[in-house]
Amino acid sequence: MKTMIESVRGALLAVAAMAVAAPAMAAGEAPHIERQQWSFSGPFGQYDKAQLQRGFKVYKEVCASCHGMQLLSFRNLAEAGGPGFTEDQVKVIAAEYMVMKGPNDDGEMEEVAAIPSDRWPSPFPNQQAARAANGGAYPPDFSTLAKARAVASGFPGFVFDMFTQYQEHGPDYIYNLLTGYKDAPACFGEDFSGYYNEKFIGGSISNEECQGQNLTGGPIGMAPPLSDEQVEYTDGTPMTVDQYSRDVSAFMMWVAEPKLEERKSMGFRVMIFLIIFASLLYFTKKSIWRDVEH
Amino acid sequence: MAGHSNYVPQSAAAKWLESRLPVIGLVRGSFVDFPTPKNLNYWWTFGGILFFVLIAQIVTGIVLVMHYTPNTAMAFASVEHIMRDVNFGWLLRYLHANGASMFFIAVFIHMFRGMYYGSYKAPREISWILGVVIFLIMMATAFMGYVLPWGQMSFWGATVITNLFSALPLVGEPIVNWLWGGFAVDNPTLNRFFSLHYLLPFMIFGVVLLHVWAFHTTGNNNPTGINPKTKQDTIPFHPYYTIKDLFAIVVFMILFAYFVFYIPNFLGHADNYIEADPLVTPTHIVPEWYFLPFYAILRAVPDKLGGVILMFGSIAVMFILPWLDTSKVRSGTYRPLFKQFFWIFAAVCVGLGYLGAMPAEGGYVIAARILTAYYFAHFLIILPLLGFLEKPKELPASISEAVLSGGGKPAGAVAAPETK
Repeated sequence: MKTMIESVRGALLAVAAMAVAAPAMAAGEAPHIERQQWSFSGPFGQYDKAQLQRGFKVYKEVCASCHGMQLLSFRNLAEAGGPGFTEDQVKVIAAEYMVMKGPNDDGEMEEVAAIPSDRWPSPFPNQQAARAANGGAYPPDFSTLAKARAVASGFPGFVFDMFTQYQEHGPDYIYNLLTGYKDAPACFGEDFSGYYNEKFIGGSISNEECQGQNLTGGPIGMAPPLSDEQVEYTDGTPMTVDQYSRDVSAFMMWVAEPKLEERKSMGFRVMIFLIIFASLLYFTKKSIWRDVEH
Repeated sequence: MAGHSNYVPQSAAAKWLESRLPVIGLVRGSFVDFPTPKNLNYWWTFGGILFFVLIAQIVTGIVLVMHYTPNTAMAFASVEHIMRDVNFGWLLRYLHANGASMFFIAVFIHMFRGMYYGSYKAPREISWILGVVIFLIMMATAFMGYVLPWGQMSFWGATVITNLFSALPLVGEPIVNWLWGGFAVDNPTLNRFFSLHYLLPFMIFGVVLLHVWAFHTTGNNNPTGINPKTKQDTIPFHPYYTIKDLFAIVVFMILFAYFVFYIPNFLGHADNYIEADPLVTPTHIVPEWYFLPFYAILRAVPDKLGGVILMFGSIAVMFILPWLDTSKVRSGTYRPLFKQFFWIFAAVCVGLGYLGAMPAEGGYVIAARILTAYYFAHFLIILPLLGFLEKPKELPASISEAVLSGGGKPAGAVAAPETK
């Protein structure tokens, strides 16, 4: 019987070894996504208002020409835990946009200036129009995008993520992607006219000449959107692609998770309460059970 | 359930009610005076924890339904409306989504506890079987709930799982179309899943009452596995176990709150924040973590029908577990060999979970096949044989004797300082 257990144990260890060795057999190179420092990470993390305002500026002047954020209302910009615009500022921002409303009493639809309660108007009327204008690629909506991009941590990384409260896969990936544009490698061939991004997780390189060159990422539909000095920062923050990418990634995280600050601050109070309550219950239990041998 | 209480109504109102509907005596007999073995350790608190999670899921779910729209064109946006515009909507939704995971964490511990201490053995077979029924309904409920936000994983998960039925010969295709209410996962599918997702938790609640009724009729099992013999072996449920369960529930709430407030999306899948698109298939379709061991078994078999049969078989085998275990001794504490096989089995289940999350290729598939074979061998070969091959340790004369000699201590399972 002892030997039976030992042989079972041995076989299971072999299985474990095989499972760990398996990734080596799997095909494809995944890009390495560098993790960044974010003000909103960790149990007390909060958004940096100035950063969100800068990110909003980058979005408005650059991204917004192709990417919508239809779940966001203008009024959200003035809400607590956000970029901290005043209500008057939001009215001015909203009025810059035209939205279709109606039908009015004459049965006509009319284009009017937006008000704070309106949703953000999308740059294209529908997905087909967006694809038609972008050579077949669809610029995804920003509303939930920063939560919709995952970077696999693998084992045991995901276990550590649980304790370090790492939830910033999305902004990390967006930052890496925006700063990951490179000249197309020679093996793509001379007639390659697209853009190459070495951090593009959805990308794949099929050219046979590229085999064995350890290239990551692949061709991407989006042209490099940012260049230095493109967006005017008035607060002295460096006007570089790196800084723009960082700011717009933080802004997109807020768009996707606008209640993050409320959630974390409530979480702290809930935790304190639960820990004190549990301690009191523990001593109550001890006192009730004091005469029972168990 | 009743019959344990010597409750005599005192006030006139209580007398009036009790002579017409003896509900006070019933509740007192079941949850106040009910004689409970005095040596239950903290692994026994997961029953109470599960009851709390079930109620929490029902309450948050009912409020979420007030704001949710079950229509393919609006479901995704309505969930985001809950997250953004509804007062504390983000809290409700994160509680409900993570609550499902908490439910499974607790139920897995509860089941492993039952397996370790032989709680499924005579005379508690019916309790165990009802528990497996609850587990099945829970899995159906969780699966359908995951479809409701209508994200990419919702849609493709629903497509993959419902398609499993197409493996059945002849009737497969018609059954799948009947489940879908059409020729693809679409609005009729979403609507019926929503309806059933609302219905099933109440069925779980009903079966839970039967589950409790059954083991209140036989009496609780306990870490020694031997029956209480004298009054010294038991204590009334209240206040002893009410306070102990309450303490355990609040400790569990700390874990729950950690996920909800700090890592609410850790257990979810990023692709579910992309609205369902029938034209775009995600690279890896992965079920929620609590289905991963079963998913690994499904994919371990090269034949689709065979995989489906084994996956359902992996749960079906639990129904006959009370008769597969041939040992006369209940508790694993007194079974030196069983104890080791139990922990190997637990490790195999975790291993299957890991493999379920990995792509089905290369070494992963081979590993999944070996672990799948072991999973079934544990139930169908090891447990029946152990009863004959194993020489159990000597059992204590009574619960009280075990407590005094420290014998009621679960091996490698000391959870809290109170367990002594």
